[in-house]
Amino acid sequence: MAWTKNVLRVNLEAGTCTTEPLNMAWAQDYLGQRGLATKYFVSEVDPQVDPLSPKNKLIFVTGPLTGTMAATGGRYSVITKGPLTGAIACSNSGGYFGAELKFAGWDMVIFEGASPKPVYLLIIDDQAELVWETEAALQKHHQDPQLRVAAIGRAGEQGVLYAAIVNDLHRAAGRSGVGAVMGSKNLKAVAVRGTRTDAYHLADPEAFFKASEAGKQVLAAHGVTGQGLPTYGTQVLMNVINELGALPTRNHRDVQFEGAMAIGGEAMHEKRPTDGKANLVTNGACFGCTIACGRISRMDPGHFSVKDKPQYHGASGGVEYEAAWALGAANGVSDLEALTYANFLCNEDGFDPISFGATVGAAMELYDLGLLTKEQVGFELPFGATEAMVKLAELTARGEGFGKEIGLGSRRLCAKYGRPDLSMTVKGQEFPAYDGRGLQGMGLAYATSNRGACHLRGYMVSPEVLGIPVKMEPQATEGKPAMLKAFQDLTAVVDSAGICLFTTFAWGLSDIQPQIQAACEGDWSEERLLLVGERIWNLERQFNLAAGLTGKDDNLPPRLMKEPAKTGPQKGAVSKLDLMLPEYYQVRGWTPQGVPTPETKARLGV
Amino acid sequence: MRHVIIGSGPAGVVAAATLRKADPAADITLVCGEAEPPYSRMAIPYLLKGEIGEAGTHLRKDEDHYRRLRIGLVRARARAVDTAARRVALVAGGDLYYDRLLIATGSRPSHETIPGMDLPGVHSCWTLADARALLAKARPGTRIVQMGAGFVGCIIMEGLLSRGVDLTILVRSGYMVRRMMNPTASGLIRRWCEAKGVKILTHTQPKELRSEGGALQVVLADGASLPADLYLSVVGVDPNLDFLQGSGIAVGQGILVDPSLQSSAPGVYAAGDVAESVDCLTGKRQLNAIQPNAVEQGRIAALNMAGRPVHFKGSFVFNVLTTLGLVSSSFGTWQGTPGGDSAEVLDEARYRYVNLQFDGDRLIGANCVGFADHVGAFRGLIEGRVRLGVWKQRLMEDPTRVMQAYLAAAHSVA
Amino acid sequence: MQKSLHLDPNKCTGCLQCEMACAWENHRSFTVAKSRIKVFTFHHEGRFVPYTCTQCDEAWCMMACPVDAIRLDPVTGAKIVLEPTCVGCKVCTIACPFGTINYVAQTGKVQKCDLCGGQPACAKACPTGAITYVDADWTGLGKMRQWAGKTDTNPATV
Repeated sequence: MAWTKNVLRVNLEAGTCTTEPLNMAWAQDYLGQRGLATKYFVSEVDPQVDPLSPKNKLIFVTGPLTGTMAATGGRYSVITKGPLTGAIACSNSGGYFGAELKFAGWDMVIFEGASPKPVYLLIIDDQAELVWETEAALQKHHQDPQLRVAAIGRAGEQGVLYAAIVNDLHRAAGRSGVGAVMGSKNLKAVAVRGTRTDAYHLADPEAFFKASEAGKQVLAAHGVTGQGLPTYGTQVLMNVINELGALPTRNHRDVQFEGAMAIGGEAMHEKRPTDGKANLVTNGACFGCTIACGRISRMDPGHFSVKDKPQYHGASGGVEYEAAWALGAANGVSDLEALTYANFLCNEDGFDPISFGATVGAAMELYDLGLLTKEQVGFELPFGATEAMVKLAELTARGEGFGKEIGLGSRRLCAKYGRPDLSMTVKGQEFPAYDGRGLQGMGLAYATSNRGACHLRGYMVSPEVLGIPVKMEPQATEGKPAMLKAFQDLTAVVDSAGICLFTTFAWGLSDIQPQIQAACEGDWSEERLLLVGERIWNLERQFNLAAGLTGKDDNLPPRLMKEPAKTGPQKGAVSKLDLMLPEYYQVRGWTPQGVPTPETKARLGV
Repeated sequence: MRHVIIGSGPAGVVAAATLRKADPAADITLVCGEAEPPYSRMAIPYLLKGEIGEAGTHLRKDEDHYRRLRIGLVRARARAVDTAARRVALVAGGDLYYDRLLIATGSRPSHETIPGMDLPGVHSCWTLADARALLAKARPGTRIVQMGAGFVGCIIMEGLLSRGVDLTILVRSGYMVRRMMNPTASGLIRRWCEAKGVKILTHTQPKELRSEGGALQVVLADGASLPADLYLSVVGVDPNLDFLQGSGIAVGQGILVDPSLQSSAPGVYAAGDVAESVDCLTGKRQLNAIQPNAVEQGRIAALNMAGRPVHFKGSFVFNVLTTLGLVSSSFGTWQGTPGGDSAEVLDEARYRYVNLQFDGDRLIGANCVGFADHVGAFRGLIEGRVRLGVWKQRLMEDPTRVMQAYLAAAHSVA
Repeated sequence: MQKSLHLDPNKCTGCLQCEMACAWENHRSFTVAKSRIKVFTFHHEGRFVPYTCTQCDEAWCMMACPVDAIRLDPVTGAKIVLEPTCVGCKVCTIACPFGTINYVAQTGKVQKCDLCGGQPACAKACPTGAITYVDADWTGLGKMRQWAGKTDTNPATV
């Protein structure tokens, strides 16, 4: 009953909005959000579809715990076929937008076709309409303090393949290019206001409050969610991962970054010598979040990147760990203010700082090797060139000059300049901030992720670095395929429930299950939830296989397989993916070619 | 000490209770001009809609309120005041003697001076008795021609329409509620009303009412004629001052009062619609016939009558209006001031509008339609003469952020 | 000693648990649009400001109510809207200079903070201690209350 049971279907071609009941049978099998929308998507879209064609669809979706007092209960996801990877793309965001959509009475919004001219969707409770308006009028609506907005920026309009959908100014469905798909549909924004009090109901309010309160206490008492994340944000990891020798640096040439200290969580707290203020203003929370890991930063107004741009002198979304890594270590830049500015641009213009930064890192390596010249780029592009990184962020957002090539992502860039092996990607999506040689389990997680390289599909950093739920040595391979499967399935459940994956630093399934059980009608045992997670994973896999991907795409770039880590505790390591992948297929119940067996499919009902 | 309060509207009722608190031993008499317990005219629209009964209009719900506070209710109307003898002469005969007198007689409907106003079927909508008469006569299909679309004219529309009547509204000027709203806001309200089936004729006024075959004919200036079962005259209000002729109490538009709300006559105070006090923003003398002003003046007048000197700091005009469900509000100098900036945001399709008027970096006036959240902050900003600083520019860019501006500028919390 | 809500923007993260708790308490729904306490976001300043009625002594709303629908709770000092009596005229919403009493279109009534009868749900739900229910002397709301009493002056003008 924590579903609103309403789906809004928007045909951008025809300009129509229609309501249909949520398929509750599917909800019983796929819970909500990521899982349920994937089920809709797979059922409605040809896997071979060109991601940027009108035939692709784009789904905004909430979970049953979205818009409840469950800690972090404000998440929504965007599901589509991704233009970077050609695989299923599912991008998750916080902020306030998701809860507002729920309060307006919608579990899901499905966009079909493409609009002939720029359009945005306005939802006020049960009233939804497509609005054609000028840029200025759109702005005015955006400024209505009562509306929550998820929008693409210039990057999405320019076709940057890793364009993001940004809501509440600096929260993003950031990865896999969901913003590019939105841009291809000429859909600029979704603005929503939800005031209904009857949109959905908890199945058992008393049990829900008991369970959610207990969950909040667990989060508060845990070192990571109660202390580390509020104080340093995800940036708590920068120095930890660097010291462990798993911080990919300069397009993965190195695994430790000499400038890590200058761009990490501690540095954000330090007063700048220039203006005596710290980069970090405060921490901020997404809807319903009792962790509050968000970074709110203010730049040094004298910094070269913004000294003539007062519009960037106010506070806004600061760098998280992944962004700081990608904009910094991945290309050798150690200027925190420059990273903050580039991050502001990523938020404002709507593109993924991970893919952008990693692509800049690849370009810098091509430049270093003489495969890219100053003439081609328009300026010098050595590793560590702060001003070049900043310039590329501006050009990429605007779709100008060499920024157009950066906007295609690392795989296409490296292929164009003759060195596809230098693209630090899996299935076309750039790695995030952990080196697959230093952390063997993360290597396997990247290789097998259904949306291309990603840390948020099975966060093996937890066991390999933080010892959650058990400590696993970074270089060990034993037991990791099974552990990864468990993480992937659990993550699929969390991503389908409406809550944030970060809760799982402290929460196990036994903390989450009672909250889902109390919110939703039906029986939601832990066993059933894990089955739901596994079902989602296999459904995504099926889609990818039908889209033309194979087990051969479950790989890592040659650099991670052959070039040993140069320094630090993991010195000498390469990825042992070959050792782990067959076992992973086995524990998944897949053939040696990575295809779910008929038994597995039958068991899961996919 | 004998306190006499003439008028049992909000000012009088608040004054009486305040007096009792401030002077437990005093003798308090509240003169009620109508044959009802003290009630609120503000509630009449909801009585017409059938949402409340007559008791729901009463200013105090505790039936025992007046007896418990030892407030003597006298059903009477004042005929004259003799300030030398400290005596109020009553219409029905008899006198009330006072040591301190509060005049809180409020307003009465303005009268149109066209032939036929005395015909049956011609009504006003001001008192409970008026409401009863309308309730008795307004039925599905009843043709009502209403003259006037000011505050009262607008708030009663929903009640009338809810009874299924056929409503035509005549507006003398080009705009509805023109004393509260700028043309844009007024236009939105008009369009809203018309969408709900109300016929509105602007620049229109009758020259005569005739009775023909049991119905009325409303003859317009151009000679055209509108048939009507009821003619509703709601063309504004005037302060109830007639009984003060010859009293020597100084009167301008209303009773001239000093900061303690005392009139020119020692011991005689005035509060509410009849008091001509000062506008706290402009410093100019004015009448301010709004509920919050009435109760504040009633309270302050009472404290002074009880010997506790308190100054009235002045007030300014603000009001909120609901027209067939569309909420609008008006604050201060919404017309703007020469040289001042203004900002507005308009969403015609959704009937949303905010217009702000500034003097330097202070907010001095506002009009809102369909924007009802935290509107009290408009009062806070305007009456507090809050300097907006950087928030002036932010409000210029986005007028809807008024609550943020208020918190930041008035309370320094951001 | 009467208690008051103490609101500390320095501790607020903008999570809106308070708004959900308030909406639940009064509407059996988490829809924050219905909350009586609101967290205002100051994006440019990077600040979250929780704000609700201070239960000011002047009680502008209670005074202005034409139908006696707002009463004083003698136990908590809260000014309480009696829903069955409220006619929805909204005079209180413009009379309150703090902007903390609001009209709810769905119910046709106004609503404001009533301190939940002495156990404010928002304070209970706040995970950071930004909202606490403490002895009135500690609230720092004195400043605001003073301001309410003399609306022609304020810190920003002097």
